[in-house]
Amino acid sequence: MSLLQVENLNVYYGAIHALKGISFHINEGEVVSLIGANGAGKTTTLRAISGLVDSTGGMILRGEDLQKIPAHKRVLHGLAQSPEGRGVFPQMSVQENLEMGAYSRKDKEQIKKDYDYCLTLFPRLKERLWQMAGTLSGGEQQMLAIARALMCKPKILLLDEPSLGLAPLIVAQIFDIIKTLNSQGMTILLVEQNARMALKAAHRAYVLETGTITLEGKGSDLLNNDDVRRSYLGV
Amino acid sequence: MQDFLQHMINGLSLGSIYALIALGYTMVYGILQMINFAHSDVYMIGAFAAFYTARILGIENSPGFSTLIILLISSMVACSLLGLAIERFAYRPLRKAPKLNILITAIGVSLLLEYSSQILFGADPKVFPEIMQDSVLAEFGLVQLKISDITVLGVSVVAMLALNYIIQKTKIGKAMRAVSVNARVASMLGVNVNTVISMTFVVGSSLAGIGSVLVGMKYPKIDPLMGMMIGLKAFVAAVLGGIGNIMGAVLGGLLMGLSEEYVVAYFSSTYRDALAFGILILVLIFRPSGLLGKSSVEKV
Ligand SMILES: Nc1ncnc2c1ncn2[C@@H]1O[C@H](COP(=O)(O)OP(=O)(O)O)[C@@H](O)[C@H]1O
Ligand SMILES: [Mg+2]
Repeated sequence: MSLLQVENLNVYYGAIHALKGISFHINEGEVVSLIGANGAGKTTTLRAISGLVDSTGGMILRGEDLQKIPAHKRVLHGLAQSPEGRGVFPQMSVQENLEMGAYSRKDKEQIKKDYDYCLTLFPRLKERLWQMAGTLSGGEQQMLAIARALMCKPKILLLDEPSLGLAPLIVAQIFDIIKTLNSQGMTILLVEQNARMALKAAHRAYVLETGTITLEGKGSDLLNNDDVRRSYLGV
Repeated sequence: MQDFLQHMINGLSLGSIYALIALGYTMVYGILQMINFAHSDVYMIGAFAAFYTARILGIENSPGFSTLIILLISSMVACSLLGLAIERFAYRPLRKAPKLNILITAIGVSLLLEYSSQILFGADPKVFPEIMQDSVLAEFGLVQLKISDITVLGVSVVAMLALNYIIQKTKIGKAMRAVSVNARVASMLGVNVNTVISMTFVVGSSLAGIGSVLVGMKYPKIDPLMGMMIGLKAFVAAVLGGIGNIMGAVLGGLLMGLSEEYVVAYFSSTYRDALAFGILILVLIFRPSGLLGKSSVEKV
């Protein structure tokens, strides 16, 4: 059984039909990429999963119906997200941002372990614990957003365009982290416009076009798919 | 010089009351991006709650520390409950509506409170219970430290320190800061945004309740429209400091109180209330984001 099963998901913004009945699933231990052009509905998909927009359709996480769980409680069921634009709290220190990740948790000892783990994963953050998050570079903010999501102790990590606006070297670092996390067992849903990197990193992938899933397959297969190459890889 | 010092004490005491009320405007703005026009009437209800509590307990004429505490608590409780109710029943249903709708609703709630209070309590001013004996605590030359001013300053400082502790150190305070920056992300991390908004109204309204008791002590006449002018000045203080900014509200309140005191002392009391409008106009022209506000211009 898959970890997250999405069935016939629909989202409307007023008159805009942003998601037109998409279905997909993510198995435990997978990296699944969702690629698509700007405005395709990738962020909307993650928002629907996190309960930040109203949606219809089925969303089953580990046998539980997410639609019945209010947004702020979904984190307790194993969902965490690094949102589009990072969404760090600029006036809070790096440490406070990380603490916000553990907001719903009570397992103090495990929180401390996860905190230390995040800082070994992102040594750059360790050097900047007391710095206001707003003063970090874009790459550091992205690291903080991922680390904060890890502090939720998720069963599945949702990443919304973690490479957006970052220098190639930093992008490579972020993708290394994704690989490391996955090798340690983390299940990841990765949303990206950077199709090449996202397909390389993914076990499986879906292509989203104006609210509809038009293609799906193994990451490596999609990398060689002619339509994908033409539309998303620029070859 | 001694004159100047005396006015400074008076101005700081008045200003700290403005600051307490301004904090409520600024906190609600920070979290909902709306001006809670009913805030000044929550303040007024706080004064009446203290008035009736004193009457029921028969402590209208027994000034002292315990009376102060009892009346502060009664006013804070009444204001909190009213603030909670206003948010829950008037503003929350409109959370997703255009900003103008909620603004007009706030004005409506304000008018409702003012005129139903006139029916309920009568339009005539009432004499506020005596909370502290209005004697002089100490004299330095011609400068007098009155007990009422010391009480106002002491209570305000304690209230502001408590607020600072709540916002900086407690979990709900951190959640408030998180929601005010990005409610969506906060909720994703497990913050119940509705609870945080409710708590913001509780805290802001309690501060207004404290302010009402302090004002009642200094100027012991209360009436259902007593919130209008002071609410406006506190609002201007919040805008002056940078609306949405907590330190800004404190700074704005103190500057407002001091300038009012000095204008009245050295120019004319005719300008007492005009000053607020003057400051508002100047701020809006030269520094719309306020002294400590972000430099981006906010859309209201
Ligand atoms: N808050 C919103 N209100 C109205 N329309 C929106 C909103 N957010 C997104 N949209 C629209 O929904 C569609 C999908 O947007 P989005 O999910 O952000 O796409 P992507 O993340 O793939 O770039 C776009 O047409 C966008 O304009
Ligand atoms: Mg997007």
